[in-house]
Amino acid sequence: MDGSGLPQFIATGITQGAIYALVAVGFNLVYSATGIINFAQGEFVMLGGMFAVTCYSMLHLPLALAVVLPIAAVMLVGAGVHYFTIRPLRRAHLLTLIMVTVGVSVALRGLAKVVWGADAYPLPPFSAGESLSLAGANINPQSLWVMACAAATGAALTLFLRCTLQGRAMVACALNRRAAQLVGIRVERMHMWAFALAGGVGAIAGSVLAPIALPSYDVGLALALKGFCAAVLGGIGSNAGALLGGVLVGLLESLGAGYVSSGYKDAFAFFVLLLVLLLRPSGLLNVPTRREER
Amino acid sequence: MKPERTAWRRPAGLTAFAAGVALVGLLVRNPYYLNVAIFVGIHALVAVGLGLLVGWAGQISLGHAGFYGLGAYASAILTTRFGLNPWLALLLGAAATGLVAFLVGKPTLRLHGHYLAMATLGLGLIIQIVFNQADRWTEGPSGITAIPYLYLAGLPLNTDSRFYFLVWPLVLVALILAGNLTDSRMGRALRALGQDEGAAAAAGVDVARAKLGVFILSAVFASIAGSLYAHYLTYVSPSPFGFTFSIQLVVMVIVGGAASVWGPLAGAALLTVLHQVLANAAHQWAFLDGLEVVAYGVILVLFLIFRPQGLVAGRRAPRALRLTRPA
Repeated sequence: MDGSGLPQFIATGITQGAIYALVAVGFNLVYSATGIINFAQGEFVMLGGMFAVTCYSMLHLPLALAVVLPIAAVMLVGAGVHYFTIRPLRRAHLLTLIMVTVGVSVALRGLAKVVWGADAYPLPPFSAGESLSLAGANINPQSLWVMACAAATGAALTLFLRCTLQGRAMVACALNRRAAQLVGIRVERMHMWAFALAGGVGAIAGSVLAPIALPSYDVGLALALKGFCAAVLGGIGSNAGALLGGVLVGLLESLGAGYVSSGYKDAFAFFVLLLVLLLRPSGLLNVPTRREER
Repeated sequence: MKPERTAWRRPAGLTAFAAGVALVGLLVRNPYYLNVAIFVGIHALVAVGLGLLVGWAGQISLGHAGFYGLGAYASAILTTRFGLNPWLALLLGAAATGLVAFLVGKPTLRLHGHYLAMATLGLGLIIQIVFNQADRWTEGPSGITAIPYLYLAGLPLNTDSRFYFLVWPLVLVALILAGNLTDSRMGRALRALGQDEGAAAAAGVDVARAKLGVFILSAVFASIAGSLYAHYLTYVSPSPFGFTFSIQLVVMVIVGGAASVWGPLAGAALLTVLHQVLANAAHQWAFLDGLEVVAYGVILVLFLIFRPQGLVAGRRAPRALRLTRPA
């Protein structure tokens, strides 16, 4: 039953890649609004997964509710991170802000360990059913959920940023902070929304991933790093780039683990990160590097 | 900027510091305290180098644990496999680490923004994966044992107090080097660069080259510290050289104060001692277990918000380099 060979590697790679893409989309949200590389993004994913399993197996909520509630909860966490740590430093150097998110991520990971311990918790798949057999690859239903969520989230965010007043205001902050302020946009509030949305996207990734890879307090770091590779590979700031980069990193990992060496599986993504930074720092989609304005 | 007015401070400070170091080394006999002091010294060597990068080039490295590890493994492999003289191994390790830093820094430091942070992050992770996986050379996760002691004038540095008197004079040398660097032509170039990159470039400072020089220097400091670590413990394994330690090093620099030569030393001392205290406390009271990590994160965030210049605010550093901008 267990598929192997090229089709299976590709299927596994795309599933994993969809998760990285979701993490990368979260990075983009914060980066394009504020210029900050939010190292706590992986912790948002971890919290999403942990809240989901807590709602489901400890509070015995129905699965649908146990998946949706964490999204709101982590959005609150994201907004809180902005309100308590980023906002007081709004005049600080960008480097300081990036270090703050590193500190937040360390603290959140530590807290999660205190609250949930070092165990991993299970969550049932969103829909029951046999795995799908496609061109020699076994794809379980949860993989389809992962891919659908990544595509839907990417599309919804793009629509939000292009077609709603709120979204366009957020883009305006990213393009030129001062000009946005002059036309009456509350830049700080937009930044808070960016963090909240990044939390929401992280929570979606966390709960949709939970049935495949059991969440534990320490999953955030690896996901953040791979998602970061995906974002840089696609061109940081671009959601299409995030999806492309995510899938490429996922494929590379799965094919590399299958054909080259499973021990070096994690190194491939970082190697690509280095290569992209050295050769084409604007990413595959050639997103112009952001002008530092602070 | 009037260096001559404060020039006397540093020799006086350094002399007092050297006397303090010697006193501690001669009076403290408790091996546990000496052990902690040696680790403070080793960490301080890395932190002083990293402080130059953060404080003066305005760049950050999230992979310094990797450079530290390269030094440690270079010493371990060259001495146990090839029977090289430990001092020669230390120098070769430092040269190799400098070369790696050059290869990564050269292209990334040309760019504006924080690409070095991203590149070093990836590099540090790859280095640790290689330590774990290349077991033909590194013995994998179990690590390399039986690394020989360093010898100084025919004397094996196999006790805590002997090693103490190797590490701390080296810290002193590093401090003097760092201080002289900030007073040198390159230091002035870096200072100018920190205030206004465009103006510095217009005045003839090769911005990318100055940053690259500091980055390589900081990697070499880390490598030497790593070699000392390997010869002190006579054992290396991959786990201390990961992302967590890279972050701890950055915390040391920021908490101590990146704009001052003394800052990273203070940060290394505080964080290393705090680590011991928290570990002991967690050992006694089980409920504290795990809160140590939370404490790191909270300390870092609180410092960045309320005292971004760190414990030791640099007198000579331009405002822009105190990791904050004037309001």
